[in-house]
Amino acid sequence: MQELINRAKELLADGTVARVLGWKAGDLPYNPEPAYFETEEDLKDFVYNGFCGANLSKYMIEASKLEGKTMVCLKPCDTYSFNQLIKEHRVDREKAYIVGVGCKGKLDIERIKKQGIKGIESIEGAEITDEADTLKIQTIYGEKSISYADGMLERCHVCKGKDHMIFDEQIGESKETKDAERFDEVAKIEAMSPEEKFAYFRSELSKCIRCNACRNACPACSCRKCVFDSNKFDSSQKANVDSFEEKMFHIIRAFHVAGRCTDCGECSRVCPQGIPLHLFNRKFIKDIDELYGEYQAGADTDSKAPLTNYTFEDAEPSIVGKRG
Amino acid sequence: MYKIAKENLSALFQLIAETRELYLPVKTAGQTNFAAWSEDAEVDLDTLKTVKSAKDAFFPQSEGLYTVKKEGKKMSIEPERLKEQDFVVFGMKACDVKGLEVLDKVFLSDPVDTFYAARRDHGTVVAMACHEPEETCFCKVFGVDAANPASDVAVWTVGDELYWKALTEKGEALTESVKELFTEDGAGEAAVEAEKENIHKIVEKLPYMNLSLEGWNGDALSEKFDSPVWEELYKPCLACGTCTFVCPTCQCYDIKDYTAGNSVSRYRCWDSCMYSDFTMMAHGNNRTSQMQRFRQRFMHKLVYYPANNDGMYSCVGCGRCVEKCPQALNIVKVVKAFQNQGGEK
Amino acid sequence: MPLENKEFKPKIVAFCCNWCSYAGADLAGSSRLTYPADVKIIRVPCSCRVNPMFILRAFEKGADGVIMCGCHPGDCHYSTGNYYARRRMTLLFSMLDYIGVENGRTRVEWVSAAEGVKFSETMNSFVEKIYSLGENVRLGDLRCKS
Repeated sequence: MQELINRAKELLADGTVARVLGWKAGDLPYNPEPAYFETEEDLKDFVYNGFCGANLSKYMIEASKLEGKTMVCLKPCDTYSFNQLIKEHRVDREKAYIVGVGCKGKLDIERIKKQGIKGIESIEGAEITDEADTLKIQTIYGEKSISYADGMLERCHVCKGKDHMIFDEQIGESKETKDAERFDEVAKIEAMSPEEKFAYFRSELSKCIRCNACRNACPACSCRKCVFDSNKFDSSQKANVDSFEEKMFHIIRAFHVAGRCTDCGECSRVCPQGIPLHLFNRKFIKDIDELYGEYQAGADTDSKAPLTNYTFEDAEPSIVGKRG
Repeated sequence: MYKIAKENLSALFQLIAETRELYLPVKTAGQTNFAAWSEDAEVDLDTLKTVKSAKDAFFPQSEGLYTVKKEGKKMSIEPERLKEQDFVVFGMKACDVKGLEVLDKVFLSDPVDTFYAARRDHGTVVAMACHEPEETCFCKVFGVDAANPASDVAVWTVGDELYWKALTEKGEALTESVKELFTEDGAGEAAVEAEKENIHKIVEKLPYMNLSLEGWNGDALSEKFDSPVWEELYKPCLACGTCTFVCPTCQCYDIKDYTAGNSVSRYRCWDSCMYSDFTMMAHGNNRTSQMQRFRQRFMHKLVYYPANNDGMYSCVGCGRCVEKCPQALNIVKVVKAFQNQGGEK
Repeated sequence: MPLENKEFKPKIVAFCCNWCSYAGADLAGSSRLTYPADVKIIRVPCSCRVNPMFILRAFEKGADGVIMCGCHPGDCHYSTGNYYARRRMTLLFSMLDYIGVENGRTRVEWVSAAEGVKFSETMNSFVEKIYSLGENVRLGDLRCKS
């Protein structure tokens, strides 16, 4: 982390960048927030640890409109999103100085608390430099410890890899955190009967409170005006009146990012109700891979996206019933 | 004071549900929220905070107002019925109960919101003391006692027992109807007192409990409104509505129409000041930037509301926004940012 | 024959492209070929105009089945519209299947302007399928039921 801060100071001092986009330490051990730093003085609050899960690439849409360059800290998975935004002309590559930061898996405070840990006073082992594999958590109800992997975000268990897709320089080491297959959960649902599938999604989606956090956090959801924000749109934007609303919202949202979603996992991370929203996106990714050839959105900036492309031999829609 | 063994609680719920609707914290797909009790519902009284507050029981996220129906050439208007059935909300916490007080001032002052008023009339609140408050709690700041919920009935769990004490007439009536399951316990008072002391001790250890709200009041309007601090604070905000929807005191709503073929239903649903179409009018929107929208939320809670309600804040320190904000922004950080700014001057 | 089921009158929406399938429906009519009146045709400029939201919206408002018809691949009036539509619908139908909606409720058929017979046969078989599936309860809005 100190290396990052030093580099940020240098870049600010020599005028390469006008500001730094990173994370600011919070007032609890686990709540740093995304923040801009404009002076050396500001950087005293800079932090980069296991709780810096937020994907900063979407903030670059706004930062691209500002005067001067912005140094942005991107984790390996965030760089896919950034590439995708370049491809869609939503960010200006020239306005970004990308520091690819190392990552050893990001932590999910909800998941940690779900393990019966409450009244947290301090957390040891979340620093990026810590070698230990356990988190020592001091609470007012006593000390607890869990393995780092047990506290990790879902997306880190199916990590796409340690490589930054785009960067100006790299700082820090990354660690392999993958211990599950990305499409396993999707395949499990596919194998269910229609009744079971319906019951599963019904119970998950009925939790939705239509707060739009998934949409607003999503780097692929970068439309200036979302279709769900239109007041001419008959289906309400904010009410959960009927079970249909949530299905409509989540299917269409996933569809709108199909072929553009890099599977960064922000939607599931930010959902206050813990809905596994990545299951929608991954279903599309899995289908695209199977039907139209493997495709990883954000791996490059110039390939054609699967839904703006076609071949004469594409499968007919009736394949859905035939695949079983 | 009455008591009942915790293991007999399901019998208690069953008995309450015979005469009244019963809402209590239920775990569905891994998350605990207030929901109607049923025999196979997974009741979860251990989770300190439900994701959403219990506000839904009195002010649902969406509710119908009336329906216009068309049959042939005839049109009819059917107003939605007001709540007629008595109901019980079991397991609210002291902060959520205080939240109702905030809502009351909005919905029960003139002109009275009849839908809300009917629910308040028919609802009996059984509130539970917080035995293990967490680091995100700061109810004490707003004069809420986590150990002494001020509702119709207060309950405490000590060991394997649940102690039950009616505080109002409504609470007495509920107690009367389920008394057969309780045993009278003279020593209960002492046990509960000891537990309260315990809770108070924990509360003292929590980092947010002694947050100072100095300078936040109805008179601070222009000073706070014009502060440059907002420009810095709002930046990470995603403009989602999480904080408003989990909040026990946010009371803004929107009224919308839904066209369903030959009928139109008018309903209201929670709105969020974080949304770009909040209070959208024919002339456009009166808050055009996210900074203004972000500022609105906190100014409302800590300045505008106290200005209109004898200094009462419309935050109760439940800490849900602290837990749920995707980018870790919250009201505590806002208050602290203003303190720090004061220090630098 | 499922048509004896008096209780259930399905609502079926057919999105037909202006250039082929709609003309195919016309031909079916002028050739006196029959297809059930449960099918409501919505004419679109091209199958590619069919936004996935149209399909969901139709279900929301009470449709029991939605079928999309367009020119045969290779014959699109706009050269390539139906190729894009094909990918979109494949993914959407797969998603609907994934969340537990019976996959017979949605269909894509390519019907040319000369295929009046195919149009009529397609609609007949689709309606029959919807009769066998019964009412759509998984994707509708309750408020549209009354």
